[in-house]
Amino acid sequence: MTRSPEPDENSKPSSNIGGGGGGVTTAMRVIIPLQGVVQGRGGVFLGSVIPCALFYFLQLYLRRNRDDPREADDRSNPQNSEPRDDSGSSGQQLAEIHGFHRTSSRNLLSPRSPAGRAYVSGRASVIAKSPGGSESPYYAGMRKATEDPYDETGNPNGIIQLGLAQNKLTMDLVKEWLVKHATEAIVGGGGDDGDDEHLSINGVSTYQPCDGLMDLKVAVSSFMSQCMEHSVSFNPSNMVLTAGETPAIEILAFSLADAGNAFLVPTPYYPGFDRDVKWRTGVEIIPVPCRSADNFALSITSLDRAFNQAKKRGLRVRGVLISNPTSPVGNLLTRETLYSILDFARDKNIHVVSNELFVGSSHGRADEEFVSIAELVDEVDKERLHLVYGLSKDISLPGFRVGVIYSFNDTVLSAARHLTRFSPVSGPTQHLLIAMLSDVQFVQEFVKVNRERLRRTFDAFAGGLKKMGIDCAESNGGFFCWANMSEWISSYSEKGELELWDKLLKTGKVSVTPGSCCHCIEPGWFRFCFATLTEREIPVVLERIRGVAESCKSQS
Amino acid sequence: MTESPSSEPEPPSPKPRAAAGNGMRLVVPLQGVVQGRGGLILGSLIPCALFYFLQLYLKRHRSPKPPASSSNPPSPSSSSPNLGDLARTSSRSNLLGRGSIVPVRLSSRGMAIAKPNDSPYYVGLDKVAGDRFHRVDNPEGIIQLGLSENTLCFDLIERWMKENLMDSLMGGDGAELSINGMATYQPFDGLMELKVAMADFMSRVMGKGVSFNPSQMVLMAGATPAIEILTFCLADHGNAFLIPTPYYPGFDRDIKFRTGVELIPVHCRSTDNFMLTVTALDQAYNQARKRGLKVRGILFSNPSNPVGNILSRETLYELLDFAQEKNIHIISDEIFAGSLYGTAEEFVSVAEIIEGEEFDKSRVHIIYGLSKDLSLPGFRVGVVYSYNENVLAAAKRLTRFSSISAPTQRLLISMLSDAKFIEEYIETNRKRIRRMYDLFVGGLDQLGIRCAKSSGGLYCWADMSVLIALYSEKGELELWDKLLNVGKVNVTPGSACHCIEPGWFRCCFTALAEEDVPLVMERIGKVAEMCKSGH
Repeated sequence: MTRSPEPDENSKPSSNIGGGGGGVTTAMRVIIPLQGVVQGRGGVFLGSVIPCALFYFLQLYLRRNRDDPREADDRSNPQNSEPRDDSGSSGQQLAEIHGFHRTSSRNLLSPRSPAGRAYVSGRASVIAKSPGGSESPYYAGMRKATEDPYDETGNPNGIIQLGLAQNKLTMDLVKEWLVKHATEAIVGGGGDDGDDEHLSINGVSTYQPCDGLMDLKVAVSSFMSQCMEHSVSFNPSNMVLTAGETPAIEILAFSLADAGNAFLVPTPYYPGFDRDVKWRTGVEIIPVPCRSADNFALSITSLDRAFNQAKKRGLRVRGVLISNPTSPVGNLLTRETLYSILDFARDKNIHVVSNELFVGSSHGRADEEFVSIAELVDEVDKERLHLVYGLSKDISLPGFRVGVIYSFNDTVLSAARHLTRFSPVSGPTQHLLIAMLSDVQFVQEFVKVNRERLRRTFDAFAGGLKKMGIDCAESNGGFFCWANMSEWISSYSEKGELELWDKLLKTGKVSVTPGSCCHCIEPGWFRFCFATLTEREIPVVLERIRGVAESCKSQS
Repeated sequence: MTESPSSEPEPPSPKPRAAAGNGMRLVVPLQGVVQGRGGLILGSLIPCALFYFLQLYLKRHRSPKPPASSSNPPSPSSSSPNLGDLARTSSRSNLLGRGSIVPVRLSSRGMAIAKPNDSPYYVGLDKVAGDRFHRVDNPEGIIQLGLSENTLCFDLIERWMKENLMDSLMGGDGAELSINGMATYQPFDGLMELKVAMADFMSRVMGKGVSFNPSQMVLMAGATPAIEILTFCLADHGNAFLIPTPYYPGFDRDIKFRTGVELIPVHCRSTDNFMLTVTALDQAYNQARKRGLKVRGILFSNPSNPVGNILSRETLYELLDFAQEKNIHIISDEIFAGSLYGTAEEFVSVAEIIEGEEFDKSRVHIIYGLSKDLSLPGFRVGVVYSYNENVLAAAKRLTRFSSISAPTQRLLISMLSDAKFIEEYIETNRKRIRRMYDLFVGGLDQLGIRCAKSSGGLYCWADMSVLIALYSEKGELELWDKLLNVGKVNVTPGSACHCIEPGWFRCCFTALAEEDVPLVMERIGKVAEMCKSGH
């Protein structure tokens, strides 16, 4: 799009450049270079060189202004502004382009820069203010539910939180373990001699490598294999630990793509990606729409289409970011799909980032096999494969903030290690987890019980919805029911969906995530996180949803 | 940058055409000038065009993404993916002048970050990690004086943890509540209880009844992300901060790695005992403006790292005036505020200064952390304390990338709320730092090495310029290398801290055991002898 000024420059003769030197002998040619072309005397040359030079100045001008939010500031702060000389001469005709690049930052700035107020960076303004002034329903719902949380005895009319992906079903196991072992894990065993104890506190509170202790990496890799039923083994030295999978994704985005590059992400996707991937890295997300007709399975055709569209828009695609099991839908990617994604990535020479956060929380039928991207690694492709994992879902410890980047690309690993200085895992937590994950018996039992309970709750919840006439997408893993409520929405559009969401939140007192937050293209789908519910809460939730459903039906 | 490919079809045209019509002039453009026939234009336009091509060429090589994206034809063959890959790689390598074995590109910033450590600060740290001194197990190992950490009061912390760990994690009887508050999602920017405890701890450390408001506080996983997040909030890509030198070597990464913000050094000199002067600040500011850089703030540490001196009340006033006049921010890194050993000077927090006066508070930000003053670097707890609501709002949201793990928060809430323990700790810690300082600086003094006057921090700033062969950065690094490889002592050379005078070294003494001090002195003494006899 930035091209448009060029033809203008070419066709529009302009007299102000080159006038200094050429005015004496060949004034004519300079003023009307095309005349020279017609007359044929050296004009061909001039006719092409002069526009070329003009274009060069244009480029110089553009570049100067491009990376330069300082100007936006100068303009909005008249006392502070030093008119930049280069914008003066040719500024008029370029005003449009000029505004085009920086509109957003200027818009955000100008309303609140009264005289002398210290400037906050353009990117901070974007982050601090939600676009459009209203917060996304995903965050709004969560906030509401935090302000007025349901409690069976304390606040029976509070909001039930189904919008936040967390698993409370097996928290009792974790608690039990912590009560027994926490002190030992952090401060060292009581029975040892003094020196050992000293060593242990040394390891907890002193500076440690930012990318995680080797012991923890070993423990995490064996836990990951356990979750994947030992179909893959992980090499701890290919692993970088971060303070949660949120920074893990951001660090990968930083390392794989430059600002202005893009990732392909199949929709519906986890609403947090919009922040994780885009905020600080400047990387864009190109949605690859999946449809209910395929049970939201990814097709290579749509991947290809999205890729080509992005290219047409001038975006350089750097990778595909997939979730497996998918979130929010919860289905597993088949081996064939994974292979075709790999082929696609090889064909386009891009990266594949596989987010396998929910692998240990698969609760589906036994005949569905989970295939990790790490299983498919071969020599040719390993450089482009990256896996993101975390302990927040599978061992239900989101508060512990532990994420994992597993990659086969040494450069990426090295960059990620350097970047973990900005999001390291805290020492006591690492020691707690080393002990917890090395407790084989505990881990085995935990994974088993966790799956059983997820299965049971999913069946109870999805079954209840079905009785009301709400169908859920087929799902084998994760904490979510991806429910189709399109029959209940008043208008088949995002607006209708948000109205229903609002009704569920305000009338029904249930906080859920509407599909539009996950960038689902079909309206009327909702994400219910059932893993936070106790057995006794399920009927309450279902009753509340039924209430809203009936009011919708009676209206229509 | 997207316009650069569009010019691509353009460039080839002028040359051949021109060559046909005005071959002579093109070959020897200056001849035209001499002969006076239209040569003036050609003489100026041709170099101009050439320069344009050069720029185009350079730009392509520097950030090759846009040209590569649009000039790269869609993959030719789908029948054999390997073949397709091969063809593509080679064509790209021609285009970019890179090795043909690059199968898939990383981002250029990723590549830059992945580069191995080259600053002596990190080289030294890495080296120690491989061969660390231990009195019994590895007596020939390298002694670490390059990392500012404090192990002098570990016994106190350990005792506290033994006694209180279980209670703080699980809570006395409300175990149900506590596990819920630990394992589940918590606000990313820190629990309110911890903020309250932290505010209390900070006012205790900074003294003089400065009170901190917990709601102006954002907590994150260390002072490193605190600085980065603040930088993200205050400056855009390409903007700059003024920073007095010598400064903490980590700032180069904290600030520049991802944010794209530049650091403009403001040089302080040994004749002023490395005190910051507003004249130097003003000079650096004007120079930066001349270079076309927009300065967004001043970042300084107080007590300063690596020198250890304290900014006086007057200097702070001057700094605030300067910031007000230039309409820029002030970031005060007060992470060593509690690690004072001097008695002559009192530490004044910038928070105290702005309390009473008519300054615009919204431009003042304080960085704090528990790594130094509570000697818990492994816990990774940092604080951004700001008076600017927009900054706080943005920083809160950015903590999703760097939040503190909940068990650590629980631990710290009870540790910081234990007033008796904290009081005892601060007291003992100061005494022990003082003692180590006297021992260490005294030892250096006997070797003929003087240190800059200092009042706080975990280090001393030693002048070894008499020992260096060449009065230059090279000479300094030679001495550093000798200390590391012959003397087996890792210190931080001044050049890593961007000190303009060669021969200064930062030595952290708080990770030493008292009985190791003579050994350190012996090792440094040996190297000093070598240097002197080498002359």
